[in-house]
Amino acid sequence: MSGSSTTHLLEMIDITKRFPGVVALQNVSLKVKPGTVHALMGENGAGKSTLMKCLFGIYAMDEGKILLNGQEVQFVNSKQALENGVSMVHQELNQVRQQNVMDNLWLGRYPRKGIFIDEKKMYEDTVAIFKSLDININPRSKVSTLSVSEMQMVEIAKAVSYNSKLIVMDEPTSSLTETEVNHLFKIIRKLQSENVAIIYISHKMEEILKISDEVTIMRDGQYIATKSASGLTTDEIIKLMVGRDLSQRFPTKNNKPGELILKVSNLTAETQPSFIDINFELKKGEILGIAGLVGSKRTEVVEALFGVRAIKSGTLELNGKEIQNHSPQHAIKNGFALVTEERRSTGIYPELSISFNSIIANLRQYKTKGVFLSDKKVFNDTKWVIDSMKVKTPSQKTTIGSLSGGNQQKVIIGRWLLTRPDIFLLDEPTRGIDVGAKFEIYQLINQLAAEGKGIIMISSEMPELLGVTDRILVMSNGRAAGIVETEKTSQEEIMRLAAM
Amino acid sequence: MNNQFLKKASISKWLLDNVIYVFLILLLIGIVIASPDFLSITNFINILSQSSSRIIIALGMAGILITAGTDLSAGRMVGLAAVISASLLQATDYAYRMYPHLPHLPLFVPILVAMAATGMIGVINGIIVSKLNVPPFIATLGMMITVYGLTSIYFDRPPYGAAPIGGLNKSFITFAQRGIPIGQYEVPYLVIYAILATILIWIIWNKTQLGKNMYAIGGNPEAAKVSGVNVAKNIIIIYLIAGLLYGFSGTLEAGRVGSATNNTGNMYELDAIAACVVGGVSLSGGIGTVSGVITGVLIFQIINYGLAFLGISPYIQFIVKGAIIVIAVAFDMRKHAKKR
Repeated sequence: MSGSSTTHLLEMIDITKRFPGVVALQNVSLKVKPGTVHALMGENGAGKSTLMKCLFGIYAMDEGKILLNGQEVQFVNSKQALENGVSMVHQELNQVRQQNVMDNLWLGRYPRKGIFIDEKKMYEDTVAIFKSLDININPRSKVSTLSVSEMQMVEIAKAVSYNSKLIVMDEPTSSLTETEVNHLFKIIRKLQSENVAIIYISHKMEEILKISDEVTIMRDGQYIATKSASGLTTDEIIKLMVGRDLSQRFPTKNNKPGELILKVSNLTAETQPSFIDINFELKKGEILGIAGLVGSKRTEVVEALFGVRAIKSGTLELNGKEIQNHSPQHAIKNGFALVTEERRSTGIYPELSISFNSIIANLRQYKTKGVFLSDKKVFNDTKWVIDSMKVKTPSQKTTIGSLSGGNQQKVIIGRWLLTRPDIFLLDEPTRGIDVGAKFEIYQLINQLAAEGKGIIMISSEMPELLGVTDRILVMSNGRAAGIVETEKTSQEEIMRLAAM
Repeated sequence: MNNQFLKKASISKWLLDNVIYVFLILLLIGIVIASPDFLSITNFINILSQSSSRIIIALGMAGILITAGTDLSAGRMVGLAAVISASLLQATDYAYRMYPHLPHLPLFVPILVAMAATGMIGVINGIIVSKLNVPPFIATLGMMITVYGLTSIYFDRPPYGAAPIGGLNKSFITFAQRGIPIGQYEVPYLVIYAILATILIWIIWNKTQLGKNMYAIGGNPEAAKVSGVNVAKNIIIIYLIAGLLYGFSGTLEAGRVGSATNNTGNMYELDAIAACVVGGVSLSGGIGTVSGVITGVLIFQIINYGLAFLGISPYIQFIVKGAIIVIAVAFDMRKHAKKR
């Protein structure tokens, strides 16, 4: 054991993780000192989550080693990590919502008196931990009645109850208010004073500079640098996070924005916290990007446009006429189409054929013989989707689940084209698609715009927004932080707006 | 003004949260208004007595539903237990005994044999569901059909073939049909067994690790797994407990009716599921209380008994019961619904 390792609580050394066709992590290192807050930064897809999944044994790493207190460890699941003092407060909180707070805290290791659960001890221990962390939650409240921030507090308390020496917090502030963030920071300071180390994953620059001692930056699955937070500025971090070759990744644009097609005014969601007072205009043949961090409510906005989410106030004007999209049926009738973010869960019918997947949004068009669907029309339209979208498939009957992500996405775009929409809402259209297929999707988007359709495209990939769109709406905490002209903006400006 | 609004909101919330109890009371009041004679201790005892074996079955079923499972084999297990216990408890002087040379057995032996059989089937159900990952609906559908086959083979054989197994001995009849005299009335043993089962299950659900794990597994299996709960083991135990309860209830059915056939208990599982969902047990798991289950069973029995008492056609009773199942669940969905 080398002398230096004793000063670190956790050392992840030269971690490499490969997935079929992709190197997700290449020789990444992360060293965390006890009692410090260590920020882990990088763009979406930089490999932060993959690195943490390797730590917790959710993924098996291909190369590298992990030392905890100088001892080599390799956890096979989160439970094992937990028992060794390493815990994670997840972005999606893993709790049994129907049960109460203390039941959740002690799940899997209830204190017992004979065959009965020792409720009294459970309650007292919970109160003691909450008190030590200044958490003010009734241990007997049902988890479903808690706010997100309170649930997070419970998760942190759970980590503390396992005597964790290292707590990973993944985007802990993404849905917290400012007061709640301050409370969280107080708890973090308290943990620090008890020599607990925190790995803090976040995109929010100001927060990072405020709370962390050291910052490790990753880009494209590679380790870039570890720096002391005190000497860093927001600009420096952004420069380290971005800075890559943008040329030749995007097709030449040939669309020309024309007259106004959609005007959105003062759009506010019914259930808060969500988006508030969103205003923007979309022209025919224009590609409008929406940028923002996780939790900035981008998806919620397009869902509201498509009638999936209820709005409290605000108006939509389509070609100068006010319309209302109360449901997806209304939206489709009004010429909207939505390609959702979660292709697997809300896009494809994986066990069914390409033909089925192509025509499902457009069935009324095929009813030529009374109630029966015309096989010929179905065949022709499926053929059109496969040909015009350049879907690589052996036949129309192939199940869509057996295609690559890029080809699945092309079928879904084709599906919506069959409904002849005027406005295309694309939520992360290239997520989980390899680089070559991305280029084809970009070409398709360009072509649609060139045909005069209005396109709204959410993306977490900054270069993609800069390479494809005409203008970008940047969202921050449910509000529109600004709309920028793509040609005149930079990643740095967008990041600054998004982190506002 | 504001205060008043708050009060109103909390009253309507309370009503929504306790809708089944309110409904039970309204139902009773309605029947009493229609026929004041209904209000008698005899009627009350009759309803409880008819509810007893249903309560025991429903408690077993509810545990399974809370783990986000289901059990279609419950009714057939009741039948198997009824046939087994009846065949071992025929009076020694009865002419048509299945086992002519069987000596007089102490009461508890056949009951334990029957419960062991259904308990084992419960364990098999649990293993199929948790280890082989067969959806509970399919696993227990298969078991339902299989158990019927087994029961029929056991039941329909020489020398007397498919004749009901009757002539039960006196201790068995007493066990299921008599009670403890209190004044001029008799509190049936059946009711006492149901109360004991209720207390036992309440303790398991609320005071033991198994109970907490049961809710956790149904509420969020991922969270349970991550926290180190042995999900398969807990599921198997829950199905085992259900099997034991069905078995006990089956012996009570045989004793109560005085005989058993391979069709005893047919479709009881659907009555139990209906009572559970009306009592607020969620089919998607994680939610359910003992008091809700009991109330669910009572509502159906009061409708049965009360409407018959009022002389209303049994066909109308079916319509009322069917409607109640749907309406109760619709209310429940409202309670748990979340706005997007």
